[in-house]
Amino acid sequence: MASETIGSRVRSPRPPPWRDPRLRGIVLQVLFVAVIAAFFAFLAHNTIVNLRRQNIASGFGFLHREAAFGIGESLIAYTPADTYGRAFVVGLTNTLYVAALGIVLATIVGTLMGLARLSSNWLVAKLAQIYVEAFRNIPLLLQLFFWWALLRGAAPGPREAWQVLPDVFVSNRGIVFPVPREHPAFQWMGLAFVGAAAAAYFLHRWARARQAQTGRQFPAGWVGLGLIFALPLLVFVGFGAPLSLDVPALRGFNFAGGAAVSPEFGALLLGLVIYTASFIAEIVRAGILAVSWGQSEAAMALGLKPGQRMRLVVLPQALRVIVPPMTSEYLSLTKNSSLAVAIGYPDLVSIANTTINQTGQAVEGIAMIMAVYLALSLLISLMMNLYNRAVALVER
Amino acid sequence: MTDTAVETQAGEPIIQLRQVDKWYGDFHVLKGINLDVKRGERVVVCGPSGSGKSTMIRCINRLEEHQRGHIIVAGIELTSDVKNIEATRREVGMVFQQFNLFPHLTVLQNLTLAPIWVRKLPKKEAEDTARLYLERVRIPEQADKYPGQLSGGQQQRVAIARSLCMKPEIMLFDEPTSALDPEMIKEVLDVMIELAQEGMTMVCVTHEMGFARTVADTMVFMDRGEIVERGPPAEFFANPKSGRTKLFLSQILSH
Amino acid sequence: MTDVDISQVLPIPVERPPRRTHGVVDWLRANLFGGVFNTILTLIALYFLAVAMPPLVRWAFVDAVWSAPNGQACRGAGACWAFIGEKLRFILFGTFPYEQQWRPLAVVVIFVAMILASCNRRLWGRRLMLLWLAGFIAAGVLMWGGILGMRYVETRLWSGLPLTLIFAVVAMALAFPLAILLALGRRSRLPAVRVVSVAYIELVRGVPLVTLLFMASVMLPLFLPTGVTIDKLLRAGIAFVLFAAAYLAEVVRGGLQAIPRGQIEAADALGLGYWQRTRLIVLPQALAMVIPPLVNNFIGGFKSTSLVLIIGLFDLLNTANTALTDPNWQGFATEVYVFVAAIYWTFCFFMSRHSQMLEREFNKSRQR
Repeated sequence: MASETIGSRVRSPRPPPWRDPRLRGIVLQVLFVAVIAAFFAFLAHNTIVNLRRQNIASGFGFLHREAAFGIGESLIAYTPADTYGRAFVVGLTNTLYVAALGIVLATIVGTLMGLARLSSNWLVAKLAQIYVEAFRNIPLLLQLFFWWALLRGAAPGPREAWQVLPDVFVSNRGIVFPVPREHPAFQWMGLAFVGAAAAAYFLHRWARARQAQTGRQFPAGWVGLGLIFALPLLVFVGFGAPLSLDVPALRGFNFAGGAAVSPEFGALLLGLVIYTASFIAEIVRAGILAVSWGQSEAAMALGLKPGQRMRLVVLPQALRVIVPPMTSEYLSLTKNSSLAVAIGYPDLVSIANTTINQTGQAVEGIAMIMAVYLALSLLISLMMNLYNRAVALVER
Repeated sequence: MTDTAVETQAGEPIIQLRQVDKWYGDFHVLKGINLDVKRGERVVVCGPSGSGKSTMIRCINRLEEHQRGHIIVAGIELTSDVKNIEATRREVGMVFQQFNLFPHLTVLQNLTLAPIWVRKLPKKEAEDTARLYLERVRIPEQADKYPGQLSGGQQQRVAIARSLCMKPEIMLFDEPTSALDPEMIKEVLDVMIELAQEGMTMVCVTHEMGFARTVADTMVFMDRGEIVERGPPAEFFANPKSGRTKLFLSQILSH
Repeated sequence: MTDVDISQVLPIPVERPPRRTHGVVDWLRANLFGGVFNTILTLIALYFLAVAMPPLVRWAFVDAVWSAPNGQACRGAGACWAFIGEKLRFILFGTFPYEQQWRPLAVVVIFVAMILASCNRRLWGRRLMLLWLAGFIAAGVLMWGGILGMRYVETRLWSGLPLTLIFAVVAMALAFPLAILLALGRRSRLPAVRVVSVAYIELVRGVPLVTLLFMASVMLPLFLPTGVTIDKLLRAGIAFVLFAAAYLAEVVRGGLQAIPRGQIEAADALGLGYWQRTRLIVLPQALAMVIPPLVNNFIGGFKSTSLVLIIGLFDLLNTANTALTDPNWQGFATEVYVFVAAIYWTFCFFMSRHSQMLEREFNKSRQR
C-alpha cells in the first residue's frame, strides 16, 4: 500500500475496511463485549425468573431482619435478637481476628523454620525440612479436621482434662488458661510500655545522629529493647507485683474462670498457622539464598562482622525477594480462613451460609462474601505494589 | 596504621605463605605453597584455570580456609581466631571478578559503608574520603547513582574505590577484568597501574599479560595447585624455565 | 615461541588431606556441635525428639491393635489400625457398588500409570496427549459402565480416591486451555479483551474457593433456565475449572513475559500471523519455561479437591469422615486422618520432588 511515487506528498490510501487493523480491532472488541453482555443478560434473566418462581425475596432488606440464630463465639456483643446485618459484622470480625492472629504467628513460625533450614546444624536443618515437606503436602482441610478431632475428641472431658502446663488445661471443651485479674497497675504498665517505645524510638534517632557526627556506635537496638521490657516491669514491681491470676478451676462439669479458646478456634488457628508457616519457611529460605554469595564475600572482605553483614547487605536484598510472595501467602491465609465453615467456627462464610439457608437469598449473601474478600485482596495487593515500587532496585 | 595490626619488622615480608595446603574434600587444590610478598611489591599470579590461583589469594583474606601451613599478613597469623581474621580484613582490600557492588545502595553509600561501620568514622569524613577516591578512579559524578545504572567498567572502578576507602595496606585483585567487555578493560587497568605507581602492595590474578609486563615486580606461575615458577617479568616471559610454564605462555600469548 | 616439550609436563603426586577432616566424630563435631550456639540447638532438638518420638512410636506401632472385631475391642493405648482395615474399601471407593469396585481400582491404576508416564521427558509430545485421551476414555467407560457388560453407575455414587483423582485431573486439564486464553487476553492489545481478562483473573483470585463452590452449588441452578438441572459433580467441576484457570493464567503469563521480543519479531519477519505465531513459536517456549510452577499449581489443585466435601461430594476426605460415623467404631478419627494424610502426602510429595528435579534440569540447560 505504499505511495505511488517516491517524494510525492500523497498519503498512503487507507486499506479497505475489512483489512484495516484498527477497524477490525474495534469491531472484534464490540462483538466480544456484546457476546459477554448477552451471556450475562441471559443468566440474569434466568435468575430473576427462578427467584420469582421460588418466592425468594431480592434486595438487601433482609439485613434488617432478626437473625434468630446464635453464634458460638464473638468479639462483639451479639444475641439472636440482633439483625442479620449485625451477624455479618460478627462474622467479619471473627474472620479478621483469626486472619490477623494467624498471619502474625505464621510469620514468626515460618521465618524461624526458614532460618532453621539454612542452619549449619544438620539436625536442626533436617528437622525443619521434615516439617516443611510434611505439612506442605497435606490438604489444609484435612489438617483442620485432624486438629479439631484432636482438640474435641481425643481430649477428654473437663473432669479428666490434660494438664499441659500449671493451670493450663486441655479438654474437649477447649483450652483454658489463667489470665491476670484486672488491676490499675496494668493501665500504668500499658502507659510505661508506650513511653518506653517512644523513648526507644528517640534513642535510635539520637544514636544515628551521633554516629553520623562522631562515628561512635551506640547499641540503641538492645538498649531500646531492654527499656521496653524493663520499664513496664519496674512499674509492675513498683505496685507490689500484684499478680493475682484468675485461675481456671473445675466447677461442676466445666471450668470456670480463666480464659478459654474453643476447639474450633484452636483447630482453625493451629491448622492455618502450621500450614502457612511451611510455605513461608520456603519463601524466607529462597529469599536469603537469592542474595548471591558474592555479596556476603564482598562484605566480609570489607571487614564487616556477621551481624552487620546480615543487617546492612543481605537482609535488605533478601526482603525484596521475600515480601511479594509473602503477601501472597498472607492473602492465602485470609482466604483459607473460610474453611472455618467446615469445622463450625463462626467466620464470615459460616454465618453467611446460615443466613442463606434461612432466608434463601443466595445471590445477595454470596455477593456480600465475595465483595468482602475482594476488598481485602485488593487492599493487600495495593500495599504490596506500593512496597515494591518503593524498594525496587534502580537499574538502567 | 590501625590499632590491632602488628607492625612488621623492617624488611620482613608483609604477606607470608609457608607450606600452605588446602583440600576441597579429597581434591588437593593447594600443594605446599610458599610465597613472600614485600611491602610495596606487585605480584601477578597467572596459570591455567583450576590451578588454584584464585583459591590462594582468597586464603590471604580468609575467604577460604587453609588446612595446613601458615599464613601471616601484616604481622597477624590467620587462624580460626575471629579477631585475627577481622583485623586482617581491615588491612586487605579485595576486588572481585563479578564486582559485587551492593545494588541497594548508591555508589557513595557503597564506599562509605565499611568506613562508617568497621572503622567507625563520622559520616562526613567517610563521605569526603569516598569522593576523593571517586575522583581518583575518575567517576566523581556517579556518586549518587546506583550500581545498576553504571557500565561494567565503571562498576569495577567503584569496587576498587570501595576497597581503597578502607585505606588497606594490601590490595588483592581476583581476575578484575575477566567479566568486562573489551572496550572497558583499559579504564580499569589504568586505575590499577596508577595504584601500583603510588606504591600499593598488590597481588593480582589476571590474564592481562600486557598489564603484567608493565606493573609486576614478580610473576608467579601456578599449575595444578603448585607454584611452578616465579621471577621478574623480563626473565619470566623471555626465558621460562619450566616446560609447563612454556606451554601455558605459548597458549596465552600466541594469537 | 620456542617449541614446548610435552614430555616435560609431568603428572604431580597426589596427597590425601589430613586425617582430621574425616570420620564420624569429625562430622559430628562440624555439623552438630560446632560452636556454643550450635551445641545448644542440637541439645534442644535431641531433647524434643526424645520427648516426642517414643510416645508416637508406641502409639503407632507398639501398642497398636492390628485386628479386632469391633470398636470396643480395639480401644487401647495404641492406634487402632484394625479400623482402617475394616473400612479400607469404603474409604477408598466410597459408595461405588461393592462388587464392582475393581472398576474404580482400575481407574486409579490407570491414572497413576499415566502420571508416571508423563514424568518421562522422552515421551512428551503428541504420543503423550493421545495416551492421556485414551486414559480418560478408559476411565470414563470404567466408571460409568453401561457397556461391555458392566453395570451403569451414576456419578452420584462415585466417591473416594477415584473421585479425587478424576476430579483433579479432568478439572486441571480443562482449566488449562482456558488459562492460556486468559493469559493471552491479558496481554492483548485490544483494551476490551484486556480489561475483561484482568477483571476475571483478579476477581477469581481474590475470593476463596469455598465461595465459588457455594456459588456453583447454590446459584448455578438459578442461572439456568427453569427446569434444567445439572449434576452436582458437574457444578463443582465448573467452579473448580473457573478457579484453577485464573491461577494457571498467571503462571502462563509469567512464561509469556519471559519470551524475548526477538522471537516475536522473527516470527513476524517470517510472515506468521498472530495465532500461528502464538501456537507455533510463543506458546511452546513459554509453557516449557513454566513447567515447574505449573506442576506446583497442579499439586495445589489436587489438595484443593478436598474442599468439595463442603458442598456434599464424596471425595477421599469425605469418605474418611463418613467412615467415622459408624456407631460400632467410634473415636478413631486420628487413625483415619493419618491414613488419608499418608495417601495425599504420597501423591503430592512425589509430584513436588519431580517438579524440583525438572526445575534443576531446566536451570542446568539454561546456564552455559
